[in-house]
Amino acid sequence: MNKISIIILREYLTRVKKKTFLIMSIVGPLLFAALMIAPAWLAQMEDKEEKLIAVIDSSKLFYNTIPETKYLKFEYLQNTPISKIKQNFSKTNYYAVLYISHIVTYKPNAVQLFSDKQPSLAIKMHISNALEKEIERLKLKTYNIENLDNILQSIKTNISIQSIKLAEDGTEKKSSVEIAMIVGYLSGFLIYLFIFLFGAQVMRGVIEEKTNRIIEVVISSVKPFQLMMGKIVGIAMVGLTQFLLWIILTAGIVTVVKTAFFPELSMKTEQITPETVLSSGGSTLQPSQPVNDAEIDQVKEIFSSVKSINFGVLFASFIFFFLGGFLLYGSLFAAVGAAVDSETDTQQFMLPITIPLILAIIVMMNAIQNPEGPIAFWFSIIPFTSPIVMMVRIPFGVPYWEVSLSVILLVITFIFTTWLASKIYRTGILMYGKKTSYKEIWKWLRYNN
Amino acid sequence: MELFSVHNVNKTFINYQALTNISLSVNKGSIFGLLGPNGAGKTTLIRIINQITAPDSGEIIFNGEKLKANDIYKIGYLPEERGLYKKMKVGEQAIYLARLKGLSKNDALKKLKYWFEKFEIQPWWDKKVEELSKGMQQKIQFIVTILHEPQLLIFDEPFSGFDPINTKLLKQEILNLRDKGATVIFSTHNMSSVEELCDDITLINKSKTILQGNINEIRNKYKANTYELEYTNPDNQNLNILENFEVLEKSQKNGYELIKIKLKNGQTPNTVLNKLLPHVDIKSFNEVIPNMNEIFIKVVEETND
Repeated sequence: MNKISIIILREYLTRVKKKTFLIMSIVGPLLFAALMIAPAWLAQMEDKEEKLIAVIDSSKLFYNTIPETKYLKFEYLQNTPISKIKQNFSKTNYYAVLYISHIVTYKPNAVQLFSDKQPSLAIKMHISNALEKEIERLKLKTYNIENLDNILQSIKTNISIQSIKLAEDGTEKKSSVEIAMIVGYLSGFLIYLFIFLFGAQVMRGVIEEKTNRIIEVVISSVKPFQLMMGKIVGIAMVGLTQFLLWIILTAGIVTVVKTAFFPELSMKTEQITPETVLSSGGSTLQPSQPVNDAEIDQVKEIFSSVKSINFGVLFASFIFFFLGGFLLYGSLFAAVGAAVDSETDTQQFMLPITIPLILAIIVMMNAIQNPEGPIAFWFSIIPFTSPIVMMVRIPFGVPYWEVSLSVILLVITFIFTTWLASKIYRTGILMYGKKTSYKEIWKWLRYNN
Repeated sequence: MELFSVHNVNKTFINYQALTNISLSVNKGSIFGLLGPNGAGKTTLIRIINQITAPDSGEIIFNGEKLKANDIYKIGYLPEERGLYKKMKVGEQAIYLARLKGLSKNDALKKLKYWFEKFEIQPWWDKKVEELSKGMQQKIQFIVTILHEPQLLIFDEPFSGFDPINTKLLKQEILNLRDKGATVIFSTHNMSSVEELCDDITLINKSKTILQGNINEIRNKYKANTYELEYTNPDNQNLNILENFEVLEKSQKNGYELIKIKLKNGQTPNTVLNKLLPHVDIKSFNEVIPNMNEIFIKVVEETND
């Protein structure tokens, strides 16, 4: 068996067998699943609480016009002064008090919502939409148009923009910016996290070998370069294992929780067939209907654009950019580990490694907003940031030549950094008890051994 | 027969010369002492032999050929700075290190079993290294060094951290290995073990060889024609006769007089004894052969001046 594979195997097995790896493998997916499930759960929690809102309408225009939903009720109070209710608010069972002043038709800020809690944006939107519509209706009424109600009914429209991406050969592909953003952000951030997490493990591994003084025993059997590469590759495989475990476990947990606790969620998606969409298309005005046409379309669109993302390509590029980025940074982390005697001394050398990584995260925020922009383009080509930034852009669709250029540059750079790092590494690992400076490292680089 | 030799090896680090024109030759089946004060360049030379670093110039001949990459399988090296992975189990780790030296897993297991039984340390197999004492770890390290039955063994301070009993055990094992045909390079500051074990030595100081050769020849060479004499003087006579000799030291020990005398030209041990015999009862009469410790200090101090 090749010696480098013996080293890889040891580095891999000792880490995978550790308790912390097992804990991370379980806690990670739990956190991810919680992140995915919690918003849905919280939304449901909120909805289930019935809220009663008192309406004091001094314009006397809106009696019984605000549509009620399952959990949102309105009580219209006559002849109750707002000041009195404000004083005794805590003693009432109202969630909030809506005050509509008589100048509402020509002053937009004449409506106030009093509450001892922070009313949700959804409630505010619900009320303002209803009031706007009613005022519009009333204003239209003053023009004395015949059959106004019917006309209004017939002109009611709802627009939601579908973005369709044109491929180079002119074929269309539905795309959703939101989904691409989420997927891009997640994969870019994961690469960042993994480079840091497992890069630090490489560094710690090297420091461990130095402080244990096993290094000289090992490099009398193998070349320092073999030991360094074995360590980096072994740990990269630990990272990949962890990543795969996370994906499998997260998917598992999400499916189990979804079917066990939110059966209606999966029901809802099943109901959205073209027939139901069509049949509900021309239905009567039913404001309290939980899912209206536009929403159905949106959900449908999201599902189809999730499908439109090629997960095979995404997965393959994640693996490649993770490995490429990790090999690039892993060798630098190994060099830092070799240059110091203990982890506390690493800080001054960590800075040049940390800065491009943090820069990549900052650029990532920009690239998500504008994946085709010059900043996103350049930083996804420059090798030190490309693993993160390119990964953000890939769900949006990136021309092949850009990906190829980025890949080629990344490979060239990691070969270069590995060569550079191995020079620092093989000198550094045999230096004990001496505080290393950049000047010293510069000497090591020019030094031939 | 020569197993191994170094020819005119030079090595410069950034700011200083670590080795200057070092040459040495080690016979097959012998124990060779590589001596020198701290920082003399011993470790650098050992690292060059182990191909951890390369010399700037000069060459190393192993088995009649230039040293090549694969020769590391024929060398076992116990460095002065040594350690093991603390969190790894003893057995696992021993197999790992043995495989890096080119043994197959099965061979490693078989040989480890033999040595663990010989040193009576089988119960440690599944223990983590951090649970063992320093001496125990050293034993494991020793086994790992010799496991692949190398032709050349390099021990750098092998006895540090061992109690006298384990030191004795280890010395015995080193001699056994030599008797089975292994050649040993032995670097230490402990001169009594050098005298005990080594056949030849090289003494390096400040990157240069300052003394080299067979240990007995060297010791004889540094003899100063000095003798040690123990006697009693029952009549308490004034020993004027001693005025003919150069007396270096005079003392009393356990009721005996003890003197050290240096013979002048033309004097032999017999002349001394002839003069003294009528007057004193002699208990012992020995030629003083300098020990390696004295030679070491003398030679190193001379070259430092």
